Amino acid sequence: MTAQLTPRNIAIFVLLAALVLLPLYTGLSGNRFMLTLFTRIVILALAAVSLNLMLGYGGMMSFGHAAYLGIGGYAVGILAHEGIASGFVQWPAALAASALFALVIGALSLRTRGVYFIMITFAFAQMAYYICAGIARYGGDDGLTIYKRSEFVAPVNLSNKVQFYYICLALLLAAIYLVWRLVNSRFGMVIQGARSNDVRMRAIGFPTYRYKLVCFVVAGTLCGLSGALLANHNDFVSPSIMYWTRSGDLIIMVVLGGMGTLFGPVFGAVALLVFEELLPTLIKLLGTPMFGEQAARASEYWQIVMGPLLLLVVLFARGGIDGLLRKLSKERA
Amino acid sequence: MSEPLLTVDHLGKRFGGIVATDDLSLSVAPGELHAVIGPNGAGKTTLIAQLSGQLTPDTGRIHFAGSDITTLPMYRRSALGLARSFQITSLFLDLSVLDNVALAVQAHAGHSFRFWRDARSEPELRDPARAALTRAGLRDRAELPASLLSHGEHRQLELAMALAGSPRMLLLDEPMAGLGPEESARMVEMLRALKGELTILLVEHDMEAVFALADRITVLVYGSAIASGNPAEIRANAAVREAYLGEAEATHV
Repeated sequence: MTAQLTPRNIAIFVLLAALVLLPLYTGLSGNRFMLTLFTRIVILALAAVSLNLMLGYGGMMSFGHAAYLGIGGYAVGILAHEGIASGFVQWPAALAASALFALVIGALSLRTRGVYFIMITFAFAQMAYYICAGIARYGGDDGLTIYKRSEFVAPVNLSNKVQFYYICLALLLAAIYLVWRLVNSRFGMVIQGARSNDVRMRAIGFPTYRYKLVCFVVAGTLCGLSGALLANHNDFVSPSIMYWTRSGDLIIMVVLGGMGTLFGPVFGAVALLVFEELLPTLIKLLGTPMFGEQAARASEYWQIVMGPLLLLVVLFARGGIDGLLRKLSKERA
Repeated sequence: MSEPLLTVDHLGKRFGGIVATDDLSLSVAPGELHAVIGPNGAGKTTLIAQLSGQLTPDTGRIHFAGSDITTLPMYRRSALGLARSFQITSLFLDLSVLDNVALAVQAHAGHSFRFWRDARSEPELRDPARAALTRAGLRDRAELPASLLSHGEHRQLELAMALAGSPRMLLLDEPMAGLGPEESARMVEMLRALKGELTILLVEHDMEAVFALADRITVLVYGSAIASGNPAEIRANAAVREAYLGEAEATHV
């Protein structure tokens, strides 16, 4: 693949450069909130990348992907609570627990199709939510404070905000590279074939169930990693980390950014979360001259603006942000 | 005559009160082109679905190349060398033409739990795929998305995919369906070229094509075989004329 100077490639390059240089800006300007916001964005982008592997490439519409965020997060939180702070134990435990959960859920839910698949993944995620909300020892509904971030050997120190940001970013890029290799391999061809036409795949000799199950497990494990990062980032984990609206957010990121594209989920995560941050302020700013006090109150309902915007993307920009960039690239060529 | 490659023994399949396959027996010898004809609703597609493993018969056995495949899942039959093309075009429309055929090659190249190497640069997959496309007359369409091909080209692609796994036997479900006269003629030529090299079971409405190609013909009516023989015998068979050919001529003319 030769890199051409298309608007799409330029956008990807600018996005990556901005993400890499961001701590420089926040360091100089002293805007620490921005670093916190973007650490969160990078972590959730990793979750969106993992969902995109199964949803965008594999056509498996999981509506319970946030469950793995919770399992990864709780693995870190519970071990920290029990006095095991080593990241060399916590992180593998988070990955293993998510992988195991994905294996069981995948094995059951992949026997169904369509709406049933959506509902069964949703149901399992809600089950995980209520189980965590019910365990009094680990805070129940109120969640679990993590007093000490995962410990690795010096000089790695997750409490250093800049260092932690770069670790998250490096893991995100590694995940994108992994997905890129996976989807173009023989395995990836099978996954994409099954998305396109599952009956035909089986007719030409592929037992698609087991390939989809492996894809399901890889996606769940990656999302578990994202959960371990999120718990460290928040110094806290609670059931709300895996509430069903979070699963919805992840789907929105993937659809908004462009399903089945490498960088789409990153675009989607940045767009959704930055928008979420800016929209209330924007409504207040634009609305106050016209509506005065009313606008301040209206800004709390920023989702009323967000909803129709999403609708527009789905209706008119099929392929999401990546699709738009691709169209621009083609028109130029 | 040599041992048949495919044997169907007293096959039965019902959907509620409808008998789709009724105590049907037939056999196909190696290298033979065996056509199955019959009026609409005679159970032709149901038969193909049972042979390919999409449906499981209620009664009876199916033997292929000496082994009982009655309850084998689709992918295992395909691995044994039984390839099927679909009546309603069933392709990977969002993948390229070459990707479509390369997947069919990959299906027969061992397991696909290979996670790292770029499959689109593997000559083991791409070369046989290109060869199959050439045989089906689609060489210069290889890089297009499959969704951009014409209906006739979709049929050719179906054939290329069936050929890509180097099967022993092809199950062709109405390969001429919806084709114009020219495309139809091209398809007949392609099948004629494959005949002898491969064993073929052909379900087809196009009588001209059937009588031009088939070594043997089985006539299905209401799920059971009312006659079986070479084209001349079928043409002369009184029961067939009454049940099918006469009716077909009456409706077509």
